[in-house]
Amino acid sequence: MATVSIDTISKRYGETVVLRDVSLSIGDGEFLTLLGPSGCGKSTLLRIIAGLEVHDGGSVSIGERVVDHLRPKLRDVAMVFQSYALYPHMTVAGNMALPLRMRRLRAWQRLPLVGRMLPGTRKADAEIETEVSRTAKALGIGHLLGRKPGQLSGGQRQRVAVGRAMVRRPAIFLMDEPLSNLDAKLRVQMRAEIKELHQRLGITFIYVTHDQAEAMTLSDRVAVMLDGELLQVAPPQEIYADPDDRRIAEFIGSPKINMLDAIAREHGLVDVAGTTLAIEADALPGTPLALGIRPEAFQLTEYGGTGALTGAVRLVEHMGSDLFVHLDLPGADHPLIARLLAERAPTITPGQTLHLGVRPDRVLLFAPDGRRLRPRRDAVAPVTSLREYGR
Amino acid sequence: MSARHFVHPTAILRHAALLSSGTLILVPFVWMLSLSLKPPGEIFGASFSLLPHHWYAVENYQRALTSAPLLRYMANGLIVCAAILALQIAVCAPAGYALAKLRFKGRDVIFALVLIGLLLPHQVLSLPLFILGYQLNILNTYAALIFPYVVSPFGIFLFRQFFKTIPDDVVHAARLDGLPEISIVWRIMVPMALPAVIAFSIFSVVSHWNDLFWPLIAVRSEELMPPPLGIMAFRNEEAGNDYGPLMAAATLVVLPLVLAFVAAQRWFVEGLTGGAVK
Amino acid sequence: MKNRRLRSNRLMETLAAWVLVGPAVALLVVLFFVPVGAVFLIALTDWQFGARTLNFIGLANFREVFSDPGFRASLANTVIYVLIVVPGTVLAGLLVALLIESGKSLRTFYRAIHFVPFMATLTAMAIAWEALLHPTIGLVNQTLGALGLPTANWLRDEATVLPVLAAIGIWQNLGFSMVLFLAGLKSIPRDLYDAADIDGADSWLDRLRTVTLPMLGPVTMFVVIVVALRAFEAFDTVKVLTQGGPGHASEVLLFTLYRESFEYLRTGYGAAVAVVFLVIVMVLTLSQARVMDNRVHYQ
Repeated sequence: MATVSIDTISKRYGETVVLRDVSLSIGDGEFLTLLGPSGCGKSTLLRIIAGLEVHDGGSVSIGERVVDHLRPKLRDVAMVFQSYALYPHMTVAGNMALPLRMRRLRAWQRLPLVGRMLPGTRKADAEIETEVSRTAKALGIGHLLGRKPGQLSGGQRQRVAVGRAMVRRPAIFLMDEPLSNLDAKLRVQMRAEIKELHQRLGITFIYVTHDQAEAMTLSDRVAVMLDGELLQVAPPQEIYADPDDRRIAEFIGSPKINMLDAIAREHGLVDVAGTTLAIEADALPGTPLALGIRPEAFQLTEYGGTGALTGAVRLVEHMGSDLFVHLDLPGADHPLIARLLAERAPTITPGQTLHLGVRPDRVLLFAPDGRRLRPRRDAVAPVTSLREYGR
Repeated sequence: MSARHFVHPTAILRHAALLSSGTLILVPFVWMLSLSLKPPGEIFGASFSLLPHHWYAVENYQRALTSAPLLRYMANGLIVCAAILALQIAVCAPAGYALAKLRFKGRDVIFALVLIGLLLPHQVLSLPLFILGYQLNILNTYAALIFPYVVSPFGIFLFRQFFKTIPDDVVHAARLDGLPEISIVWRIMVPMALPAVIAFSIFSVVSHWNDLFWPLIAVRSEELMPPPLGIMAFRNEEAGNDYGPLMAAATLVVLPLVLAFVAAQRWFVEGLTGGAVK
Repeated sequence: MKNRRLRSNRLMETLAAWVLVGPAVALLVVLFFVPVGAVFLIALTDWQFGARTLNFIGLANFREVFSDPGFRASLANTVIYVLIVVPGTVLAGLLVALLIESGKSLRTFYRAIHFVPFMATLTAMAIAWEALLHPTIGLVNQTLGALGLPTANWLRDEATVLPVLAAIGIWQNLGFSMVLFLAGLKSIPRDLYDAADIDGADSWLDRLRTVTLPMLGPVTMFVVIVVALRAFEAFDTVKVLTQGGPGHASEVLLFTLYRESFEYLRTGYGAAVAVVFLVIVMVLTLSQARVMDNRVHYQ
């Protein structure tokens, strides 16, 4: 068990900057997810932690130890690869035993044929075998030990890869998109198993994915990365509800967050899409702002005017319990999407004019440079009353 | 971390090892070239040097070109290789297309025949082919050098494999445009299969330019000999101990392919090893 | 109606197919399958080229072939030749491929150098080798002499002639096996090396043993068979350099086949040798298909 601390890591390939001064500390036993679109540097960061890649600047510590100059095998980390990277010529048992054999047996003991006859080999091999089969049983692959990876299904291979990482009880468990080669159904199932595994082992997990659902469901904290930069590290709920940066707000959530052009005014008001919302913006009057509203933050209201957005319905998508309503707002170049409970919004048809009330405490304001503008504390109270007033 | 910018000792070892093995590989070429530049006195002298003291290249190459009809040999090689290649493509491309894209009775049997043909070592067939050539009264002509290779099982196989990767829709579209099957082969499939055509051409030309076994059987007159046979004859009757012109002749025979190889390395490697991989 | 159209379409397709494939099939039969059958037939007769009569004499030709010390020497020589050329070519090719792949610079250059002999006209290069191996003025003996090592008349000495021919065989085919190994090395997923690093197999020897060599298994098997086939077909160097001599010391199967059939015109005997040669090559090829299917494919 160990903490991991990453201190101003930078990395470039030729002219391309892959990581820009990334700093991060990960607690003992924490499940941390590196989340970001492909090419954002998350896998590179993981590989730097593992020691598979050499960074250009900064330093990585595991526990209290700086590991910058240590080879991967001395860092006490295990890794599950996207392709699983199982050795196709070895059985499942052989695959899982390899990390133990490499550590516990000397080079001459690992020689074919001769090795078995050397003192100590048999005993060590027997121990390894016991541990491998114990781990395999725990993962439900005990009956597969004699098979080769080529004879296994995707889910079974995934378990073997996890087993190979688990069997030597590493201090840190690294996973690089471990679920992306599975079909959707299996992915959900394995996701739950990984969560369970983390709870059972209680060691530090660092998990790389581009899939927000995985990040949200698995993690204690999510670290969102974009273009080689670490934008925010926070628990999943906070990343969703209280993002630090416009890019995070836009990356997380499906359907995507609605971004509207707005202008700050005096007295805690913001002009947006032909209406005025009572939101205390920490910006000078006249500043152009971006106003983000999650699709589920809307409520149907009967009247338009202050505190509500009004537009014509372009399209209605029925999703079962929810409706996605696409609404054309005056002056907006793309439609707004609202997610409404189906039972509350029985008969919405295209062409109809709709008023959507907005809870100001669920509105996210962003400065022109993408920085989040948080509301002042004292601004919260009048907001609710205004909404009541609007009805 | 910073060590990356310096040349690693293992990299130096790698270069040292590969340069020495590469040098060893090239020794016969270098020696051949070196002797082809020297006068007899230096070749048979006791001292050794790579470059001649007295350049004798002109004399050697001149003798190689005059006392043996070397240019004739090379023209023969060119004629024979070109004829073989043209006929092979003319025969194999349509067959490969039919096997890849058409459904008909007997297709699997024909493909099995092609595969068996692929396994047969050609030298085994030489005796009956010799008799056949004798019966047809074409021994000791260009035709004798060409006819055994008119059809190439490897060519059919290669074209079939490549045509199979071209989507059926291309064929359907061409048919809807009113192209007859034979035009589909020549105007659609072969141009699309250009990489396979190039690879096969290199394979075919290199094999037949270098072949000694069959020409040895098929022709006797000097004016029909392809380069390998010609240079062998040159050595046997002429040179005995006259190494300079002999090496000059050998250099000239090897040169065209080596130059082509240098110019199109990737294609050569692909064409010559692809033949074995499939 | 529709059915009839369909059937006539089918017919058209079959017709077109046969037009396209017909010439190839006819030529395959005339130039491959009839000759193969003919070889077997001739091997069972006492026919001599040019003779008007022939008699079936059963397996007499084969009995003669196998009791002929010349042929036995030839068969033994071929086997020895193959047994030197195959491991030599495979190991040298593998080593060069590993060296090339272990770094990034000058890859194409090194590949090209090692590949040249494979495509250079072997007849001409044999003549160059002859000059190299010349007992007095050859570079080989000059170098050995300068180093104070014993020299030899390489191509005229029964003890050295076959190993020297085999060395030329390795020289010629090394580039070929190298290229195949390079392709094999390229197809090894990088992830496997990463996994090996993390699992602790991170010295070059352990990486070689854990990942590289096992992953090259299928390619190696393939290279062994293909090089063996090429080695069995050795002819040019023998014809140019030794004519099978001294004595029978460098006589190989294909040379025997050629000489008996076309120089001595012992047609039935030559055909029997051809049949033996064919059987050996077929067994090798089929065993390759067998092995490739069963053992070395991991997936």
